[in-house]
Amino acid sequence: MAEPLVEIRGLTVSFDGLPALRGVDLAIGRGEAVALVGESGCGKSVTWLAALGLLPGKARVSGSVTLEGAELIGAPAPALDRIRGGRVAMIFQDPASSLNPVHRIGKQIVEALRLHRGLSGAAAREEARRLLDQVGMPDARRRLDAFPHELSGGQNQRVMIAMALAGRPELLVADEPTTALDVTIQAQILELLAEIRRDTGMALVLVSHDLGVVAETCERVCVMYAGRIVEETAAERLFAGPAHPYAEGLLAALPPMDGPRRPLAAIPGGVPEPWAMPRGCAFAPRCPRRAAACEAAPPPLAEVAPDHRAACLYPGAAAMVSPAPALMPA
Amino acid sequence: MLRFLSLRLARALLTLVLVVTFAFVVLRLSGDPALLIMSADAPPEAIAAFRRAWGLDDPLWAQYLRYFTAIFQGDLGNSMRDGRSAVSLVGERIPATLALTVPALFIKIGLGIPAGVYAALHRNSWADRAVMLLAVAGFTVPSFVLGLMLVLLFAVQLGWLPSGGQESWRHAILPVITLGLGGAAVLARFTRSAMLEVLGQPYMRTALAKGVPWQVAVRRHALPNAAIPTVTIVGFMIGSLLAGAVVVESVFSWPGVGRLLVVAVANRDLAVVQAILLLVAATMVTANLVVDLLYGVLDPRLRNGARGTA
Repeated sequence: MAEPLVEIRGLTVSFDGLPALRGVDLAIGRGEAVALVGESGCGKSVTWLAALGLLPGKARVSGSVTLEGAELIGAPAPALDRIRGGRVAMIFQDPASSLNPVHRIGKQIVEALRLHRGLSGAAAREEARRLLDQVGMPDARRRLDAFPHELSGGQNQRVMIAMALAGRPELLVADEPTTALDVTIQAQILELLAEIRRDTGMALVLVSHDLGVVAETCERVCVMYAGRIVEETAAERLFAGPAHPYAEGLLAALPPMDGPRRPLAAIPGGVPEPWAMPRGCAFAPRCPRRAAACEAAPPPLAEVAPDHRAACLYPGAAAMVSPAPALMPA
Repeated sequence: MLRFLSLRLARALLTLVLVVTFAFVVLRLSGDPALLIMSADAPPEAIAAFRRAWGLDDPLWAQYLRYFTAIFQGDLGNSMRDGRSAVSLVGERIPATLALTVPALFIKIGLGIPAGVYAALHRNSWADRAVMLLAVAGFTVPSFVLGLMLVLLFAVQLGWLPSGGQESWRHAILPVITLGLGGAAVLARFTRSAMLEVLGQPYMRTALAKGVPWQVAVRRHALPNAAIPTVTIVGFMIGSLLAGAVVVESVFSWPGVGRLLVVAVANRDLAVVQAILLLVAATMVTANLVVDLLYGVLDPRLRNGARGTA
C-alpha cells in the first residue's frame, strides 16, 4: 500500500485500569473500504472513538494514530476539531438519539457546513438541501425544517450521513450504522454508503458485528477479538478460508445460503472479562486448536498467506498457501 | 393549541376549587374560631353572639355555599379579628414578601445554575465535590437553622447586620441570603444532574464528531437541552414566591404574607387563611401553566405532543 491515509499503531485504551484495546495496528488507504468486525465489547468502536479523541476523559489512550503522517493522539483540541467532520467523519449506531432533539435537522447540517466549508445563510441552507438530496431524502427542502423525532430511523441515519458528508471527509467511519434499523432499511443505507464512496472516492470504515453487512460493502475485513485484531484480509478470502479459529467460528455461526438447513454452530464459552485476560492468546480458552504455546504469550498478527494476516500459531489450513506441518498439532 | 390551553385552564381552575374546599373543611373541623378569638373564658352569650354574627352556627354546607358564591363576587370575607377585608389585609403584606423572595430568586438562579453547570463540566474534580457538598448541606439544613446561624454570626457575633425587623434594606439582607442559599443548593444539584445526563447523550458525541469545539457544543447542544428539566424547578420556585418565605419571615420577624398566615392559622382567622391559600394556590397554578407552555418552546417533541392531545 502507498502511504496510508490513516495509520493506527499499537493503540491501547483502558478504562479505570481495565484494558479495552490491547494494541491495535491498522492502516486505511485512500478510498478503501475496510470492515472492522467482532462482537460487542471487542473494541471496534473504541478504536475509532480513541483515534478521534472522542472517548470520555477517564479513558487512558496510548499508541499512535496518524492522518497522512500527522499524529492525532494528544493533538491540540483546535487541530482535532478541524479533522473531526472535516477530514474524518463518523456516524453512529442509533441515529435517533445521535441527532439533537431540540434543533431542526437543517440547522444541524448547516453547523457542519459552517465549521468546515465556511458556508452560512442561504448558501449553507441550499447546500444542506443538496446533501439531503444526495442521501436520498425525499422532499429534502421541507425536511430541513423537521425535527429528528418527526423522521424515521432510516431517515435520521440519512441525515447523519448528509451531516458527515458536509465537511467532504476523506474517511467516513460508520459505527454500526444499520444495527438499529429495519432489515429493509439496512440494505438501503449500505447501498447509499457504497454509492457515496463510488461518487466521492472517500474511504469507508464500517464497524459492524454483522458479517453479512460487511461482505456486501467492504474489500478488506479486520476481525477483532478482546481488544486486538486477530485476522485481516480481503473479504472474499476471509469468507473462502478464515485462518483464525475465532473467524472460523464466526463464519460457522452464519446460516448457509443454500444446501440443507443445519443447526448453527455456536462458539463455546464466552469472551474473557477485561480483568481476567489470559496471558497468552485471548481466544485460547475457547479454541479447538489450543496448544501449550498458545497460553505462553499473545500470538502476533503474522502473514499466513499473501495479504492475509492472522494472530494465530495454528492458522486454519484453508487459509494457508503452504501449510507448515511442524506447527500443526499432532 | 387553543384546546390544549383551555384544557389546562380548566384543570387549573379545578385545582383551585379543590384547594379552597379542602382548606374550608379542614379549618372548620380543626378548631373553633369563636373560642380562640374571643378566648375561652369569655361569657357564653358573647361567644354565641360571635358565632351568630359570622354564620358559624349554620350547617357546614350552607357556610360553604355562601362562601363559594361570595368568592365569585370577588368577596373573600373579612378578618374575624379586626373586621377588615381579608383581601386588603393580605394585599398589603405582599410587597414585603416579594421584597424578600424576588431578590432570593435571583440568588437561586444566579448562583445555583452556574454552580450546577460548572460542577457537571468538571465532574469528579475537587470543585465538583465542593459544590455538591455545599449543595447537600444547603438543602438538608432547614431554613430556620440556617437563618439562626446567620443571625448568630452576622448579627450577634459580628454585629454587621440587624437580626430582625423591616426598618431598612439592611434588614432584608439576612433573610434574602437564607432563602437564596437553600434554593440555590436545590437548583445546583438539579442543574448538575440535568447537565450530566445531557453530556452523556449520543448527540453530544455527534456534535464533537462533526468538529464542534467543546465549549460551543456545551453552549449549543448541552445547555438548551439541560434547561428543560431545570425550568421545572425554577417554575416551582416562581410559584412559591408568595408562600415560600413562611419560616424565614417568622425567624426574622418580617411582616410578610407568611407571618400573616402563621398568625391567622393560630387564631383560626378563617377568611384570612383562606384568602392566603387561594392566593398561593393561584400563583402556583399559574407558574405551572407557564412552565407547561415553556416546555413546548424548549422541547419540540413536547410541542408536538401538545398538538397531539389537542
